[in-house]
Amino acid sequence: MNLVETFRTGLEAVVSHRLRSSLTVLGIMIGITAVILTVGLGEGAQQQVGSEISSLGANLLIVSPGSSTSSAGIRGGSGSASTLTVANSDVLASKTVAPDIAGVAPVVSASESLTEGTTNWTTTVVGSNASWLTVRGRTMAEGRFISGHDVQTHAAVVVLAPTTASELFGGRDPVGQTVDVAGTPMSVIGVLTAEGSSATSNVDDQAIIPMTTAATRIIGGTSRNQLSSIYVEATGSKTLSAAYQETDRALLNLHGITTATGADFTITSQQSLLATATSVDKTLTVLLAGIAGISLLVGGIGVMNIMLVSVTERIREIGLRKALGATPRVIRRQFLVEASVLGLVGGMLGAILGLAGAIILPHFISNPIAISGAAIAGSIAIAIAIGVAFGVYPASRAARLAPIDALRSE
Amino acid sequence: MTVEGPISLGLDDTQPVRIDDTQPVRIDDTGTYPAYSAPVIDIEDVHKLYRTGSLEVAALRGVSLTIAAGEYVALMGPSGSGKSTLMHILGCLDVPTSGSYRLAGEDVSAMTEIELAEVRNRRIGFVFQQFNLLASLPAWRNVELPLVYAGVDRSTRKQRALAALDRVGMGDRVEHRPGELSGGQQQRVALARAVVTDPALILADEPTGNLDSASAREVLDLLAELHDSGRTVVLITHDAEVAETTSRTLRIRDGQILGASSASVTGGVA
Repeated sequence: MNLVETFRTGLEAVVSHRLRSSLTVLGIMIGITAVILTVGLGEGAQQQVGSEISSLGANLLIVSPGSSTSSAGIRGGSGSASTLTVANSDVLASKTVAPDIAGVAPVVSASESLTEGTTNWTTTVVGSNASWLTVRGRTMAEGRFISGHDVQTHAAVVVLAPTTASELFGGRDPVGQTVDVAGTPMSVIGVLTAEGSSATSNVDDQAIIPMTTAATRIIGGTSRNQLSSIYVEATGSKTLSAAYQETDRALLNLHGITTATGADFTITSQQSLLATATSVDKTLTVLLAGIAGISLLVGGIGVMNIMLVSVTERIREIGLRKALGATPRVIRRQFLVEASVLGLVGGMLGAILGLAGAIILPHFISNPIAISGAAIAGSIAIAIAIGVAFGVYPASRAARLAPIDALRSE
Repeated sequence: MTVEGPISLGLDDTQPVRIDDTQPVRIDDTGTYPAYSAPVIDIEDVHKLYRTGSLEVAALRGVSLTIAAGEYVALMGPSGSGKSTLMHILGCLDVPTSGSYRLAGEDVSAMTEIELAEVRNRRIGFVFQQFNLLASLPAWRNVELPLVYAGVDRSTRKQRALAALDRVGMGDRVEHRPGELSGGQQQRVALARAVVTDPALILADEPTGNLDSASAREVLDLLAELHDSGRTVVLITHDAEVAETTSRTLRIRDGQILGASSASVTGGVA
């Protein structure tokens, strides 16, 4: 009996036992759908956190003044001391000192009041240079960003984040208008594209001005050359650790510090934040996948039950086929085809249902569902394996029976 | 269309089988199969023991018997006599505990399971009391089943199945499923299935046991016809009337063949 005939016989058996076949398919389908949706939910959460963090800027290192690791007791926590200067940031921007650094954005920030006519709005005013836009991974909705020339000339210009812009101007076009920043009139040259708020800060509510303007007109005094932080962008995700080393070495040198533990600055990377967040979400995914796996197992036991019954009630058929010349191998193959077809159909239907759920459900719940090809392929493979393992085992036992014992069974 | 000369069914090329596609079961009327020089059935001192727990039951105790090609033999005995056990062994559905069995010259007792499956497929046609048709398949698909396992191609299978159904008078019901047929009609489909492979031996186990007398008569007539066209038919029955239609009756009781088994009596009861 060739393969085509084996397939035909197996398929016919599936079709001629409609109720039983559809129950089997249903069991597998539900299990697969559960796996795809739960794994998708877990991965969706993971991706959401990932994209939130990377929205802060890809391949980003943040250098903050002060040390959070020092045990000397004299130094304060990260951000409490003012050890970073504009000069430090200029050194990091040098290609010879730090070849793996793509851009450096020194940042001074202060909370200031912005006034436009009778409207005022207090927000974070950030002084930085032209690199800020790319280093933070932002884009312009309209107008232009601060240029190198603006920085050199201490230009009185401001770029508004979208929330700030709408708070001050409502629906009007802010570009070209004038805003009072801490009492200094500045002209609005652009508006940033909305990014969405993250858990830690609202990146859509801030005003960016040239750092020189900030130093002379907003902050002033002795602390004018001190930076709140330096954002360093590596040339790529692979060079991030090299960029980290270069930043670390350069700043230790500049500050005349010989031991790493004595550092008066702290470097954090988005990658380390991302790693922490994703590891939390991975735990969630594993947990959800575990639950889905259990539902698949329960489905599998249902399939095994149906298969066992179906083989038992068909022992006479097996006996007859053997009497007519079917070898045990042929019988086993027939049931293998039957079981695989049931598993495959159940798996495919489950995948379709899971995909449909992944598309429809996010409209009703706030969580995104990621569609994972590996989860789909894996669960279909598991479905077939369940069908085969639970269907073929009883069939191969029946196939080994003496034909007369099989024929006699009632 | 007539195919003449040795065509291979794949098992044993030394035995040419003539196949006539329009009338596949007709073999020339010269008496016995000219191809089989050996007896179709030759069993010697066959024992069969069944073990149920500590209890041992001897179903067959030293049965020896020879059936020549072209014979029509009834195996008769009351229930529990061992006739069914003997039939199962003759049909290679079961293996004897001891003793030898040669089917059409081949030693069957030494065969593996796979070889036995092939022997059942090509040498033996079964007719069961319960018909044993697959309910999900139409008549002609039931008839072609043995050919499927023999590896015959699809169009030839259908041709031969339809011809065999025609031969048993079921040519107009080939697409009917067993559930749509009467008992007699089902048994005729089963008969068509038994002859479709041109087997050396037709084994009928109480073929009329589930039929009314009219249907039983039809089935017995068909078996007699098959015998007339040169087939070897062994019929198992407990019914003396049925046994009378055969040319030789072997009586079996308590696992042994009763006397007079060697005498071939034509048309009567031994």
